[in-house]
Amino acid sequence: MSPQSLSALWLSVKVSLVATALVALIGIPLAYVLARRRFWGRAAVDTLVTLPLILPPTVTGYYLIVVLGRRGVLGAPLYEATGFTIAFTWYAAAIAATVMALPLLVRTASAAIASVDRELEKAAYTLGRSEWRTALEVTLPLARNGILAGLVLAFARALGEFGATLMLAGNIPGKTQTVPLSIYTAVQTGETHEALLLVGLLTVLSCAVLVAAGRLGARAQ
Amino acid sequence: MSRIVTLVLALLLVPVPASAQELVLSVAISMKEAVEELGRGFSSGHPGVALRFNFGSSGELQKQIEAGAPVDLFISAAQRQMDELEKAGLIVPSSRRLFARNVLTVIKASDSRVDISKPADLLDARVKRVVIGNPKTVPVGQYSEESLRALGLWDRIQPKLVFSENVRQALDYVARGEVDAGFVYTTDAATRATNVREAFRPAEDTYRPVVYPAAVVATSKQRSLTQTFIDMLLSREGQAVLARLGFQPPPLGAR
Repeated sequence: MSPQSLSALWLSVKVSLVATALVALIGIPLAYVLARRRFWGRAAVDTLVTLPLILPPTVTGYYLIVVLGRRGVLGAPLYEATGFTIAFTWYAAAIAATVMALPLLVRTASAAIASVDRELEKAAYTLGRSEWRTALEVTLPLARNGILAGLVLAFARALGEFGATLMLAGNIPGKTQTVPLSIYTAVQTGETHEALLLVGLLTVLSCAVLVAAGRLGARAQ
Repeated sequence: MSRIVTLVLALLLVPVPASAQELVLSVAISMKEAVEELGRGFSSGHPGVALRFNFGSSGELQKQIEAGAPVDLFISAAQRQMDELEKAGLIVPSSRRLFARNVLTVIKASDSRVDISKPADLLDARVKRVVIGNPKTVPVGQYSEESLRALGLWDRIQPKLVFSENVRQALDYVARGEVDAGFVYTTDAATRATNVREAFRPAEDTYRPVVYPAAVVATSKQRSLTQTFIDMLLSREGQAVLARLGFQPPPLGAR
């Protein structure tokens, strides 16, 4: 394997792990709130989070540029204040992967949380537990397998992210060129051998992830 | 529901108005406006011939032709891609003509506050990112790499480089202010004159001449019609359009 492919592989793993951590941090509380609370704007939040699943990744990528680009809604003040721009860095790849993977976790985890027996939560309340501690000690542990399955799917989605990453992070070898982008470039430049190797690798990884998610999902039933 | 199905089925039965003839032109994207305008002139002289344009980087278009894309005419922004296709027997060698020349320039966003007026300025700390076409597939990137090497900047500029998939993407990155400077052709810069301005021009002896060869693709079933299009590029009218858009005439006697 060429050094370029190796660095793409390492970058992909790094980006996917960071994205999965971010997805867990944002997604699990969000999934809980969506499953257990009724509040104004709930449908809007639900739609917004799910949208990247439905929209073409290039559309999501474009929105990310509008928000995070050097002249973006958040990107411009950040650049003025610090001289730093997110676009074309590996952070951009991680953010793009997070946004694209988030709906997979939120969907799976909120379904798992919603199916937890409410009577058990009520029992915890009568024993004097706050909602916060009940969620941590009763609800989330009971929904564990569903949440883990969601995280595994999110990791796989992050690993395969292409469109939004290309738009926000570009395709810079050694810096933002993840495995899917590396495959694209290898095919474009006629490096069929390299492409085949990476394609095989991603296929095996994805199969492993699907099997893992399937087992976790089955245990959750 | 069934009414919708009926409607869809009915639409499938409507015959697509087919032109008598169709020419597919794979064109280096830096030639976009020029070939579109020349195409309009060609179409008015050849009613019944529909032109289909396929724009991209020359390297990308080359790979498509190698993969068997149904293309009649290939216009490249460098000899390299055309040479490789000729060697592989994928173009008609006798049809090949050079018809235009271009010049490399370095641009910045028109509202940029960074002073970039000579090559060494690209190493300035305030210049954080510089976009060039991906040298593997994009001719403008290949010319830029040659120039940066000749200027002795190639190694030191590496950490700042961002690669684009074609020259127009490089232009767009600069116009949007995502990067501080970019290498494009003078004719590209002219298409976004309100968003970008020229910072400096690398000396023309630092890179190979930017030339545009055109050739009939070997699998074309309309070789003579495609050849007519190539002849039109070299005609006085064709050259006048190219000159107006900023292209220079091809070097004399070159192929």
